[in-house]
Amino acid sequence: MPAFEYAPAPESLELANLKPGYRPFIDGEFVDGGGEPLKTVNPATEEVLAEVSTASAADVDTAVKAARKAFEKTWGPMPGSERAKYLFRIARLIQERSRELAVLETLDNGKPIRESRDSDLPLVAAHFFYHAGWADKLGYAGFGPDPKPLGVAGQIIPWNFPLLMLAWKIAPALATGNTVVLKPAETTPLTALVFGEICQQAGLPPGVVNILPGAGDTGARLVEHPGVDKIAFTGSTEVGKLIQRQVAGTPKRLTLELGGKAANVVFDDAPLDQAVDGIVNGIFFNQGHVCCAGSRLLAQESVVDELLDKLRYRISTLRLGDPLDKNTDVGAINSAEQLGRIRELADSGEAEGAQRWTSPCPVPERGFFFAPTVFSGVHQSMRIAREEIFGPVLSVLTFRTPDEAVAKANNTPYGLSAGIWTEKGSRILWMANRLRAGVVWANTFNRFDPAAPFGGYQESGFGREGGRTGLEGYLDV
Amino acid sequence: MSERVTVAKTYKLFIGGKFPRSESGRVYPVTDRKGQFLANAAHASRKDVREAVVAARKAFGGWSGATAYNRGQVLYRVAEVLEGRRDQFAAEVGAAEGLPSRRAETVVDAAIDRWVWYAGWTDKVASVLGAANPVAGPYFSFTVPEPTGVAGILAPQESSLLGLVSVLAPALAAGCTAVVVSSADRPLPAITLSEVLATSDLPDGVANILTGRAGELGPWLASHGDVNALDPTGADPEIRADLARAAAGTVKRVLAVPAAEPDWTQPPDIARLRRYLEAKTVWHPMGV
Repeated sequence: MPAFEYAPAPESLELANLKPGYRPFIDGEFVDGGGEPLKTVNPATEEVLAEVSTASAADVDTAVKAARKAFEKTWGPMPGSERAKYLFRIARLIQERSRELAVLETLDNGKPIRESRDSDLPLVAAHFFYHAGWADKLGYAGFGPDPKPLGVAGQIIPWNFPLLMLAWKIAPALATGNTVVLKPAETTPLTALVFGEICQQAGLPPGVVNILPGAGDTGARLVEHPGVDKIAFTGSTEVGKLIQRQVAGTPKRLTLELGGKAANVVFDDAPLDQAVDGIVNGIFFNQGHVCCAGSRLLAQESVVDELLDKLRYRISTLRLGDPLDKNTDVGAINSAEQLGRIRELADSGEAEGAQRWTSPCPVPERGFFFAPTVFSGVHQSMRIAREEIFGPVLSVLTFRTPDEAVAKANNTPYGLSAGIWTEKGSRILWMANRLRAGVVWANTFNRFDPAAPFGGYQESGFGREGGRTGLEGYLDV
Repeated sequence: MSERVTVAKTYKLFIGGKFPRSESGRVYPVTDRKGQFLANAAHASRKDVREAVVAARKAFGGWSGATAYNRGQVLYRVAEVLEGRRDQFAAEVGAAEGLPSRRAETVVDAAIDRWVWYAGWTDKVASVLGAANPVAGPYFSFTVPEPTGVAGILAPQESSLLGLVSVLAPALAAGCTAVVVSSADRPLPAITLSEVLATSDLPDGVANILTGRAGELGPWLASHGDVNALDPTGADPEIRADLARAAAGTVKRVLAVPAAEPDWTQPPDIARLRRYLEAKTVWHPMGV
């Protein structure tokens, strides 16, 4: 393997405008939260980035009341054409501040700057642009001539795409006339709080958007708050089930976007080099912290050896390390806790008899890192084939016939995404038809767009985000 | 000369295209609105629910994989057979709901028309609810609605036929297969509907109808790992929260239904169809 040497190319840390302290954003103002303050850590260095004041039960109540008032007095009655202009403003402000936000996101989350800059931020802006246009066209969305908003939306988002998930939640909620109380993840609150500044800069009426940093208990208080009309949650299936139970028997609407264990199916006629890149993108994008990651590679038996050779070679060229370095491909695992979980599951793969291969790339001594890992000889019953690892770990299984590929691909309680690699168009359509998954990528993987609905089947949740379909979750229809 | 003795009918369940007795051997008496004994109905058990779910799952691949045109034809055929037995339904609905014959006929006509309305939706939902997504990149991206799977349906308690048709037909039109628990006190029109379904072209197991108590069978449907959606319409409002909690164990889709039974004579919309559909987005690169 040729060892390319790259000079360090770090993005400037100063761009993030990092402040020593961050506070909840309630009713248009940054205020001290009554909760236990938390320290957010740079997962690449384990250094504290900032202290974050968190929301207490009383703060949740204040935020929900502010959101209710804004819904009734300003945002709800406002014509869609005016709401649209605020969303367009937000989209522009995000574009203007995108370098700052990308660096801050990378510092707080550990994802490579290349991804936060080229993938996350452009999509964040695109979500606001896309939904801005819907605000005054809801009568054309197919839910009747004048669909009504639900009211106050409580939104809980994960740490893997802190700002992108915020955009996925807030943009459609505001476009449809709802007001929001959003809880970012405990380990990645910073960009959400800077988004509060953007709301101020856009002149958004107070209370329309409220951001409450905190841990699971803050989320639970938001879910059970009687003043909330809708809960939108993205996160683990385990927590999703708890929330569904908690909301049961109340009039609250619920959408869930939960875990996945996606199959990436490679047929023997696939363009293998292209497939290898797709597989790498499918599982190592964002360190594998992606609910729709292609974590189960189903390779046709006749090409599995060749594919694995190419794959291992390609993976060993991935650069792991400083997320702020523009040449880094794989950044840091978001937290010590998550790193522990990945290690435990990877160890179970070895214990259950799968063959482990780890990229020989150097791993930094400090920070939370996990080298790209591939398990071959994986059986369907193994934990690494059934449980979501949420890290840079790929499990490789094989199949002989298309029917077997379908059966194995569908053999999980999840149903979020799937991939197909073959040159044969009719086979792609045949497979796409049979895969029980909300998103199917053929000869590509991990593509996202605000115009394309995203969401799961079965235990990957219900409801869609994006597209016309995605509006339904925020309308009373 | 003595009067002719009528042939009394033994009513059974409808599972997998067959008419078995309840595995439990239990029956319960069904009376008309005046308390006059009409018949014994099978009292379905938990085991019957499980058998019915197995039948519905087995039928799902074929039914959801059939062309929309074919499903529409089959469902329209059901309406034809329903129409042929209009008088029998009118008599049974009249007895079950205590309606005078003209009112009962109106209700039966509405049920037939409702079935026709849903039959016509099979080949239209994809164009109405699907999309070609104008994504920012060289990709072809489209979204198609697909049936969610096996539907567990607790049919309305009051409206024995029109209500039943209004909750069953959308599930079948969406491409789901169904396990239905009929109205407990007014089950006879449901069994006659089973006979209609059995003698139409509907594949075995696509619709399974159990006579029994929603309160007893609902929890098993709600917690069953192979049921994908739950319609709690016929459940007592007090147990609906429990059903919804049980459904959370498998992230089941639970239909939001009004507290009281709605007026089924109102024109339907596609809300019920939408609840049984998942949106699948497919991406492919474009290039030369």
